[in-house]
Amino acid sequence: MPKVNQDKKEQPTKNDREEVELESYNFAGEQSELIPDLRQLDQNDKEQLIMAGVDVNEEGRSGTYVQMNSSKVHCDTCHTGVEVLDIKDALDKYDNLPEYYWQAVSPDKDKYTRAVADNLHGGYFIRTEKGAKIEEPVQSCLFIKKSGLGQNVHNIIVVEEDSELHIITGCTVSQDVEAALHLGVSEIYVKRGGKLTFTMIHNWGEQIEVRPRTVAHVEEDGIFMNNYIMLKAVKSIQLYPTIYLNGDRSIARSNSIIVTPPGSYVNSGSRVVLNGEDSRAEIIARTITTGGTLLNPGHIIGNAVPAKGHLECKGLILEDGTIHAIPELEGNVAGVELSHEAAVGKVDQEEIEYLMARGMDEEEATSTIVRGFLNVDIMGLPPELKASIDKTIEEAGEEMF
Amino acid sequence: MLEVKDLHVNIGDKKVLKGVDLQLDHDETFILFGPNGSGKTSLLMTIMGFGGYEVVQGSIYLNGEDVTHMPIYERARRGIGMSFQRPPTINGLKTRNMVELCAGENEVDVDALAEEVNLQDFLDRDVNSGFSGGELKRSELLQLLAQKPELVLFDEPESGVDLENMALIGKMVRRLLEQDLQPQPDKSMKEQKNQRKTSGLIITHTGHILDYINADRGMVMYNGVLCCAARPRDILEHVREYGYEECVKCLK
Repeated sequence: MPKVNQDKKEQPTKNDREEVELESYNFAGEQSELIPDLRQLDQNDKEQLIMAGVDVNEEGRSGTYVQMNSSKVHCDTCHTGVEVLDIKDALDKYDNLPEYYWQAVSPDKDKYTRAVADNLHGGYFIRTEKGAKIEEPVQSCLFIKKSGLGQNVHNIIVVEEDSELHIITGCTVSQDVEAALHLGVSEIYVKRGGKLTFTMIHNWGEQIEVRPRTVAHVEEDGIFMNNYIMLKAVKSIQLYPTIYLNGDRSIARSNSIIVTPPGSYVNSGSRVVLNGEDSRAEIIARTITTGGTLLNPGHIIGNAVPAKGHLECKGLILEDGTIHAIPELEGNVAGVELSHEAAVGKVDQEEIEYLMARGMDEEEATSTIVRGFLNVDIMGLPPELKASIDKTIEEAGEEMF
Repeated sequence: MLEVKDLHVNIGDKKVLKGVDLQLDHDETFILFGPNGSGKTSLLMTIMGFGGYEVVQGSIYLNGEDVTHMPIYERARRGIGMSFQRPPTINGLKTRNMVELCAGENEVDVDALAEEVNLQDFLDRDVNSGFSGGELKRSELLQLLAQKPELVLFDEPESGVDLENMALIGKMVRRLLEQDLQPQPDKSMKEQKNQRKTSGLIITHTGHILDYINADRGMVMYNGVLCCAARPRDILEHVREYGYEECVKCLK
């Protein structure tokens, strides 16, 4: 990799809930038996996986990686052109992956990355072959089944030159897990002409703390589509993936759809650094609070010309709660074009009345508008996953009103 | 079917309607003329029931039922439909789904209807998102064709529409008002005419819509009151020649 930027900047602490007491979790490692067929999981766990976008039948998937607690339980590839390995197996096989392992994220970024560096539990390594166009998504699932567990995950994704890949990664817990912590380092490399769609679906629980640390590097003509969907309760999440568009004509799109229920604390944003000529970035966040607290930072940094970036954060406060949108644009060179659009408020009365004039009562009108607001069409998801997310939104919608 | 009695409406502290009386029979189309800001749109919005239009005096009856303080959707379900002059965009809601929602329990062939208003390529787009003036009008008509209202409130069918679109829009408004009768083997046209029920209350500035529909009566709204009842074409010609100034004289 010609340009490697290490991401060391700490996020500002906004609230006591940003800090996780690592000592209160058990990192000793909880080994689980291999599960050759995901249909063997019990019904509740299966449902949790499905809600996180995982197809337990593995139909229409090019590969699957599942980690339960602290170890791999399932890993296979059914498509030539893409390799799916447990990270530990990949480190053994590829001589510690010197080009990729801890090359985008610094182990000293914060105490969470340090914890993952000191005690690796698992994670996936997914790499395409040059030129391979993998049509069906690879799915992964990071699953916590044991209360009090601290799960340390390190993922590496390498999209080789001119190849295309879609990864769906679902993170979830068993319904009876009382408290747990997920630490996830993800390093993503999209090489020249490569295209990656990365869809992350979080389906946690009220007592789960989550600290992902993600950095992506994109080379010339590379495209990185980053989708994040979070519709359920969580104790606290803090994530801020950073995408470096290092190559000329590279493109990033970061789409988030986040609902924050009462009691949840979410600090979720994205940052894109435009380093390549003709690089382009778009960050779009649609957020809703039904009583929880949501921070939504977005940051586009323009270091090259020509380069374009647009940031859009829209928030609806449906029940008393907080949405704090923080759009930041930083241009460092003449000729860069950055823009943003931010709005935090309520469902537009004019839109409600428009639908009411077509015969819908106020509640139907409001939920129709909210479902539209949360629509995931731009994410380019496979139809059955989109249907499952639409269903989740529908159900979340019923809880909202 | 519609009876407006001594209607006084305020928006905030501002009196926008100051005693409006209006009666509309089944199968009757009524044209509202009047300068900008005279209260025409306020009358339509009040009949539909929008928030912000406070009825301080008077009442509105639909088919003998007092709807003055009914919520919008109850009026819609009782047969009032409105074409908006500047409808809002509904992000994430496909036009196709909107048309289905409008249809409610009516059986409709959304694709066939869309083809008639030349919007077949818009069904999978978000409602009104990036639509031109003519497209907005056709989208409103498409929704109303599915909704099949008994009373059509139409705020300026011509605004923002080019000539080519005007013919299509005129034809569809005519259809919505059930004025597009065709000879049928089993019914005489007179019988068909006797069966139709749809009434229209239409605001126009330019009068272009009158080239496409039969309008029975018209009045001029001026400063919150109605005046100068006459045949719509006569009002139009009069206003073209002398402006609305003449109407003020009638009111004095």
